[in-house]
Amino acid sequence: MSNRTIIPFGPQHPVLPEPIHLDLVVEDEKVVEAIPSIGFIHRGLEKLVEKKDFIDFVYVAERICGICSYIHGMTYCMSVEQLLKLEIPDRAQYLRTIWSELSRIHSHLLWLGLTADSFGFESLFMQSWRIRESILDIIEETTGGRVIFGAAKVGGVRRDVSSVKLDEIMKKLRVYQKEINTIGSVFLNDTTVKHRMQGVGVLSQADAKSLGAVGPMLRGSGVSQDMRMTGYASYGKIGFTPVVETAGDCYARTKVRILEIAQSVDIIQKCIEQIKEGPIEVKVIGMPDGEYFARTEQPRGEVIYYAKGNGTKFLQRMRVRTPTFANLAPLLATLRGCQLADVPVIVLTIDPCISCAER
Amino acid sequence: MTEQTIIDITIPELLGKVRECQEKGMRLVQICCTRLPEVLEIHYSFDLEYAFTSYRLTLQNTDTPVPSVSGIYLPAFLYENEIHDLFGIKVEGMAIDFKGKFYQKTMKTPFNPAQPSGEAK
Repeated sequence: MSNRTIIPFGPQHPVLPEPIHLDLVVEDEKVVEAIPSIGFIHRGLEKLVEKKDFIDFVYVAERICGICSYIHGMTYCMSVEQLLKLEIPDRAQYLRTIWSELSRIHSHLLWLGLTADSFGFESLFMQSWRIRESILDIIEETTGGRVIFGAAKVGGVRRDVSSVKLDEIMKKLRVYQKEINTIGSVFLNDTTVKHRMQGVGVLSQADAKSLGAVGPMLRGSGVSQDMRMTGYASYGKIGFTPVVETAGDCYARTKVRILEIAQSVDIIQKCIEQIKEGPIEVKVIGMPDGEYFARTEQPRGEVIYYAKGNGTKFLQRMRVRTPTFANLAPLLATLRGCQLADVPVIVLTIDPCISCAER
Repeated sequence: MTEQTIIDITIPELLGKVRECQEKGMRLVQICCTRLPEVLEIHYSFDLEYAFTSYRLTLQNTDTPVPSVSGIYLPAFLYENEIHDLFGIKVEGMAIDFKGKFYQKTMKTPFNPAQPSGEAK
């Protein structure tokens, strides 16, 4: 039997955009166990709900994460709207869907760039992020923000987007889609990329289910599960089928994300075709009372907002379960038995967002 | 919005209910703990074909140990370690027990309104 060595991985590591620590127990070059620890950026944001009124707390929810901030804000709003029994206007629901899908496109492009960087393909990293900048430009044109959109609001959305602007966005997205297809074909067909990802970090369908994986991590293992199927916002009117791959390896997870970008463009097109003129918000009357779990699909997977109100302007309690936290157990399972050199790629394929996970 | 059910249970009922969920093929969605002024609540949430069920356990204090469900749903050990580290609840029989080292904090945990906040270790 080889000697066992413990190699600390993170919290500061070139491939980690955010801090998580893994103690990698290795025998020669083979990882036999990974032990995680988190908490380096725990901010206790959920506790603030006791001091910020339920209307203002959306600003805090949006700041839980800098990548999927909009969906955080929207999901928080959905949980409170359910407590208030508010009916959100159709136009606001369509705008929420459009911004959610723009968030997904830019998040997946960010992830593609980071992954290319993790295996040293710097030009692919650069191209992924170049296209992402164009998506951020669209977000800035429609919301005024690039990272924190500030567009989510209890009762609807803060800004309207004219039909002329929506048509312009669609034309731009079709151009960017061609560019994304070009880099996508490199990710999916390049020999070096395939060598680094095919057969690496395999998570079986049974393990993905039993370990509670979510998002592309789950769908890359052949499980067709996506919270958008529940029909929140305007997904129910658009019609939607999750992207699923069956290999369960890093390559399958990459393919799911690349195909989801194209799917997001199609969803935005359907929204633009179906959206009708109308109000973008309803008046908020009353105070939240009761409890509710709001569930939506972030780029990384299912996010849950639990809100509990007691009829005052302050929520009694709020709790968030983020997709990265749910994907930690599957990550530990995929690391077991892998080569040390593959650890960065495998860690990245869960698309870790530690700010989300620690709140 | 999808169907959503919240059911109150007691500690002796917990393992039986969770085992029933596993036998039905339900997915463990999350375990979340919330501190209310008088009590602590732990929600064990499950999903089956997007139908959401949450079992709520109410604790009067952190002295009462809660049995771990990680023997039934393995990924529960992460949620249970988090609950132990942040809320100070004793969870017995976790599949992997980090002994309070899962959350690496410079602040003293568990966070408790009765304790002075920001006190360094």
